[in-house]
Amino acid sequence: MDLIRIKNVEKKYKNGVTAIYDLNLAIEKGSFVFIIGGSGSGKSTLIKMLYREEKPTRGQIIVGGRDVAKLRDRKVYLIRRKMGIVFQDYRLLPKLTVFENVAFALECIGEKKDEVRRKVLKALEDVGLKNKVHNYPDQLSGGEQQRVAIARAIVNDPKLLLCDEPTGNLDPKMSMEVMKVLDDINKQRGTTIIMATHDEKIVNKMKKQVIALKDGHLVNFKQKGTYNNEAI
Amino acid sequence: MKLFRMLGRSIRDAFKSVIRNFSLSLASISCITITLIIVTVAIIATFNVQNFTKEIEKDMTIVVFLDSDATEEDVENVKESLDKIGNVDDYTYQTKLEIKEQMQAESEVFNTVLSNFDENESPLKDTFQVKVKEIEKIKQTAEKIEKLDKVSIVRYGEGMVDKMITAFDSIKKVTYGIVLALILVTIFLIVNTIKLTISARKKEIGIMRLVGASNFTIKTPFIIEGMILGAFGSIVPIIITTYGYMAFYNHFNGYLFSELIKLIKPEPFIYNVSLIVLGIGILVGMIGSAGAVRRYLKI
Ligand SMILES: Nc1ncnc2c1ncn2[C@@H]1O[C@H](COP(=O)(O)OP(=O)(O)OP(=O)(O)O)[C@@H](O)[C@H]1O
Ligand SMILES: [Mg+2]
Repeated sequence: MDLIRIKNVEKKYKNGVTAIYDLNLAIEKGSFVFIIGGSGSGKSTLIKMLYREEKPTRGQIIVGGRDVAKLRDRKVYLIRRKMGIVFQDYRLLPKLTVFENVAFALECIGEKKDEVRRKVLKALEDVGLKNKVHNYPDQLSGGEQQRVAIARAIVNDPKLLLCDEPTGNLDPKMSMEVMKVLDDINKQRGTTIIMATHDEKIVNKMKKQVIALKDGHLVNFKQKGTYNNEAI
Repeated sequence: MKLFRMLGRSIRDAFKSVIRNFSLSLASISCITITLIIVTVAIIATFNVQNFTKEIEKDMTIVVFLDSDATEEDVENVKESLDKIGNVDDYTYQTKLEIKEQMQAESEVFNTVLSNFDENESPLKDTFQVKVKEIEKIKQTAEKIEKLDKVSIVRYGEGMVDKMITAFDSIKKVTYGIVLALILVTIFLIVNTIKLTISARKKEIGIMRLVGASNFTIKTPFIIEGMILGAFGSIVPIIITTYGYMAFYNHFNGYLFSELIKLIKPEPFIYNVSLIVLGIGILVGMIGSAGAVRRYLKI
């Protein structure tokens, strides 16, 4: 079953730049997909369209049976509750502890207090940070901060996890920690993961599906793909 | 239950940011306070003016004197004519003799003066006291009565009340103008206070959007913050209303300048005014914050 179906999607920004040309894609439930491509190839644009930060100028983006391209601004929050999103810059709140940062996502959607506690501890356990719940973000390494962000993204047990260069700020060792966590989430929770990245080594090592973009065009979609420099 | 939880969070957040942006919050609160003081005074004045003009109007009558040579038949004719005038509510009739007796009974001086006159050569006249339905038309009614046969003099408030009401009307307009201007300044200040809060919490708002907080959840703390500013701003005006008016009332024993102007009793008047003032404060705060949310949060 496909979790995501993208049909004839084009994205042209207001300044006239076309970031995505006529894209057609289907992503299966439970898969782990890398989106690779050079700078400006449209990776972030694609991810933004999936969580409806940007609207395509044409085409359909069906996520979990719902065309998010047609979704009204007022209703966007409904799909955000069903997905987790992780960025290069972690986006943690510096004045909140690890626990509070993760709990914030659930409090925002009105989750009950004891449920919050249970789910937060479970998520932090899944990313291997159960011993750091009371730390503040500035007391953590980059890799740990990113794992807090991942915990926050998965705390509501979403079907889909979107990651835009989650290892972009991390050294290779910490990057691999984060990749291990993501892989575990994919395998244990069955969460579909879509990750945009520049990192050749990671892609080659993980042997996952690979979507390659070049200047807004889909050039390659492979199972167990590698980072092919010639293609992109 | 869920709504309750969310509201609790919102109120907590709102209080936090009032304290965090203390100086700007204080500016907003002061501005609301000044505005509301003027509003309070205006409200108290307006209610009192309304109250005592109504009192005066109740007592307003047209006094109709008949010619000295009016016969009983003439009196009957006047009565009939009065019945036909639409604006006439009610009237009483006193013969010159009745009036003489009444005046003699009321005062010693009148008694001696009037005793010098004969039964039939009383200097007084037969008199009608006419009450009207609509006070605004008293002038036209008086003119109509004056044209009747055997009617010699007609007197009424002669525009005294009219003038008073127009004077209060213009005062009211000026007050409205000032209050409106002040409310606009207040709203402007609140918009800026809330704008600051919004920009201080930009990151938080961004994350809220990512994790699927509804628009309602995102904007409620800011709206509540505006309402809190408004509520704080109405504290001083309410104290002024309650204690100030009470002291004012007691100082003048319930009357202003003369027995004519009767003040409204403080209770429950002051409580009603306090509630109105609190309501206006909260409403102005809400309008300001809603404006800021619309402009800077874009939802
Ligand atoms: N908000 C925007 N307004 C206008 N143009 C934009 C906007 N965002 C991206 N673009 C343009 O769209 C194209 C694709 O950008 P995008 O950010 O999707 O690329 P990317 O593959 O994520 O690049 P990078 O690897 O550098 O992050 C680029 O040409 C970029 O300049
Ligand atoms: Mg990008």
